[in-house]
Amino acid sequence: MTTVIGQLINALQLGSIYALVALGYSMVYGIISLLNFAHGDIIMVGAYAAWFIMTSLNSFLPFGAVAAIAVVFSILICTLLGAGIEKVAYAPLRSAPRLSLLITAIGVSYFLENMAQMIFGAGAKSVPNIISIGSFHVGKMTVSWTSAITLIVSVISMAVLTVFVKKTKMGKAMRAVSEDVGTAQLMGINPNKTISLTFAIGSALAGIGSILYCCAYAQASPTMGSMLGLKAFVAAVLGGIGSIPGAVLGGFAIGLAETLVSSVGLSVWKDAIVFAILIIVLIFKPAGILGKKKIEKV
Amino acid sequence: MSIKQKINRLPVFVRALIISVVFAVFLVVVQILISGGTISGYISKIIILVGINMILTLSLNIATGYLGQLPLGHAGFMAVGAYTSAIILRAVPADSAAALFPVTLIAGGIMAAIFGLIIGIPALRLKGDYLDIITLVLGEIFRVIITNIDSVLGFDFTYGARSLKNIPKVTTFIGTFLCVAITCLLIYTLIHSRQGRAILAVRDNEIAAESCGINITLYKTLGFTISAFFAGIAGALYASYLGILNPASFGFMKSIEILVMVVFGGMGSMIGSLISATVLTVLPEALREFESFRMLVYSLLLIVIMIFNHSDKMKRFKTVAIDKIKAVFSKKAVKGAENEQH
Amino acid sequence: MNNTKMVPVPSRSIIPERDSDKAPILEAFNLGIDFGGLTAVDNFTIAVGRTEICGLIGPNGAGKTTVFNLLTNVYQPTRGLIMLDGKNTTGKSTYQVSRMGIARTFQNIRLFSKMSVLDNVKVGLYNSTKCSFISSVLRLPQYFKSEKQANEKALELLSVFDMESHAYDEAGSLPYGAQRRLEIVRALATNPGIMLLDEPAAGMNPSETWELMENIRKIRDKFQIAIMLIEHDMNLVMGICEGIAVLDHGKIIAKGDPEQIKSNPAVIEAYLGKKEA
Repeated sequence: MTTVIGQLINALQLGSIYALVALGYSMVYGIISLLNFAHGDIIMVGAYAAWFIMTSLNSFLPFGAVAAIAVVFSILICTLLGAGIEKVAYAPLRSAPRLSLLITAIGVSYFLENMAQMIFGAGAKSVPNIISIGSFHVGKMTVSWTSAITLIVSVISMAVLTVFVKKTKMGKAMRAVSEDVGTAQLMGINPNKTISLTFAIGSALAGIGSILYCCAYAQASPTMGSMLGLKAFVAAVLGGIGSIPGAVLGGFAIGLAETLVSSVGLSVWKDAIVFAILIIVLIFKPAGILGKKKIEKV
Repeated sequence: MSIKQKINRLPVFVRALIISVVFAVFLVVVQILISGGTISGYISKIIILVGINMILTLSLNIATGYLGQLPLGHAGFMAVGAYTSAIILRAVPADSAAALFPVTLIAGGIMAAIFGLIIGIPALRLKGDYLDIITLVLGEIFRVIITNIDSVLGFDFTYGARSLKNIPKVTTFIGTFLCVAITCLLIYTLIHSRQGRAILAVRDNEIAAESCGINITLYKTLGFTISAFFAGIAGALYASYLGILNPASFGFMKSIEILVMVVFGGMGSMIGSLISATVLTVLPEALREFESFRMLVYSLLLIVIMIFNHSDKMKRFKTVAIDKIKAVFSKKAVKGAENEQH
Repeated sequence: MNNTKMVPVPSRSIIPERDSDKAPILEAFNLGIDFGGLTAVDNFTIAVGRTEICGLIGPNGAGKTTVFNLLTNVYQPTRGLIMLDGKNTTGKSTYQVSRMGIARTFQNIRLFSKMSVLDNVKVGLYNSTKCSFISSVLRLPQYFKSEKQANEKALELLSVFDMESHAYDEAGSLPYGAQRRLEIVRALATNPGIMLLDEPAAGMNPSETWELMENIRKIRDKFQIAIMLIEHDMNLVMGICEGIAVLDHGKIIAKGDPEQIKSNPAVIEAYLGKKEA
């Protein structure tokens, strides 16, 4: 029983990281229909940022302060990077064919990976755990603070995002632009600003994700973003791309599936199984679990 | 009249003859240079790789340029072809490997086509991005299966992450480029036929194609399967070119590399595919001197070329520039005419 | 049940006298479709004679294009039955229905815009071109024979609208009116028994419209087919249609010949609104 609950907690921890990253994919896809390949690599940059602060400042400042700076710095770097990439590489291609934008995103992804490899080397860097406060007990169960905080932070982030998108003026602008850019513009919404904002928010969530990832796996490497990004993207599609609850649901579903597969000793197959789940879901629900099917007008 | 128009005016058989002669001369000359040692072993290896990448690009171009889909798991089909051919070649006596290679090539192609068919039927029901994603994910599943199948089978079959070694290296320059030529020819005849028109019609407008009596599922599956077939051929060539196979080299980054070649060459353009496969194979090799900068430059080029080709600002800049150049020339012409009058 | 002739429900449609001895080419019985909870078309019953030109008119949003989509099985009807040339089309897909003899054009032009004009028509000829996959790829004699036939047939069809000279132009580069005409040629190429034209005169000036009217008549006479058209240009509709059905809010509110429709109070109300008492 305790192992089952233990695995469940692992699943929730992993799932919430996927969910955070999936949200970024989902938001960007929702607003400009771009499969943003570079999103996973933003997490990689965030992880290196955390590593950089944690290793360079720890001799000058107390641990708590360094950890706090690392968190803020990572999120800031990710946000700026995400918005910057959008401005430099995607914004000029607003009216270009979908495929050109996709190739550009691939280019950006390659660029970030190779840049990281050039600066930090191909090997993994170990990142000290930011939440190094051990664990607590619930009845007979031992729960690590890392898992608990990961879950809490993710849930809070998602709640804030939902409120932001549903209630605030900027959130409404985002939803309007994703429905119809032209009409949103006629209503006085600046689509460029709104798209930049979407990228910034998505990347900030990726920043939070990168910190939580470092807490869980304690390392940063140049290619860590590609598989993580791919799985998070799968999560977004699974839940229904463009839908916030969908991305969260998909993230947790994938986290659960992976943990489950690994716990029965099939961990080498876990990627294949996660992907197979996506295929099965898409065959029966072509727009994902919570996605809406579009009817083509003839 | 431009050169292109002049060429198009020639009868088909004359064009075919010219192309065949040019191609034969190319084959013979390069082969002599390779045998004579003028072209180094290193460069001849790159030339073969160019040929393999040409077939890969042409094959993906069937699915993207002609069929209008965007499969992101093309490396998966390449892997199926590569492993099929390699496993057969390793099983036969080494001295008959070269003679059997054409057979294993086709076996690789057919095996990839079968996988294409099995995958195409469910995947092609989905539209647009969902199809892209499902193919991407399927390519990854292939890779995982090839990596881990031995533990399920209980004997060494693909050798997984340990790599399939000692594959007879029977891929030759002439063999590869004959495959390129045959691929070009078959794709050309397919596209310029009743079936090819149906494929192009599905690309241009599915609903209109359907209302013309075309079974769009059939043609999507056909196009997808043919695309997988040629990818399998390329994979088989690749296996006997390297002599060693590792599933890691068929990940989705490989698929994307092929896609980049197609997009660079221009979707649906055969000549474009051939040129871009050449440039994008040679370019990273040429950049080898810069070693660590190599992929960085490559990725930057991708971004810059996309922005240069498609951004509104660049388009405006280009039209203005062309107008200015034209204006300069027409002024000169006017002046010239005036001078003549005087 | 598929291929058996249904006993026709007594229909109020007037089939032209010359067609009355033959079974109608197209019949629809109580056709209806719901989108979500919304009924878009309901109780649509009509019969079209073998060589009839009939019109489907009605205010914007009345469900006219939806009727075309139902008749060509682009949408599967929620209720009702369609008989095409005496055969039930229920459960068939669009391409199968096309092979059974129904062709259409689209309100927003749907050409194969990157292909040549000739190739567009040859796609229409797809089912009458006989050439196997192997013959095509390996260029066996069958290929050359079928291509020659297809080319001749396509040029002949293009000559209906005097478009042979544009045969090798890219379809997307044609002017708007020519694109509409090409769509009609492509539909004709599928060798239909009935052709559905969705706003064929949209965007045309009066003289072009007049020419189109003549051509529609010419096509009917030459190919002996039925034509059903959706059109907002009342001069065209009243000028060539023998029977007209008026659709409002998804329901037929009137059927009859042009004179009857012009004087029908329900039609006037649908178009102009209720008269203030």
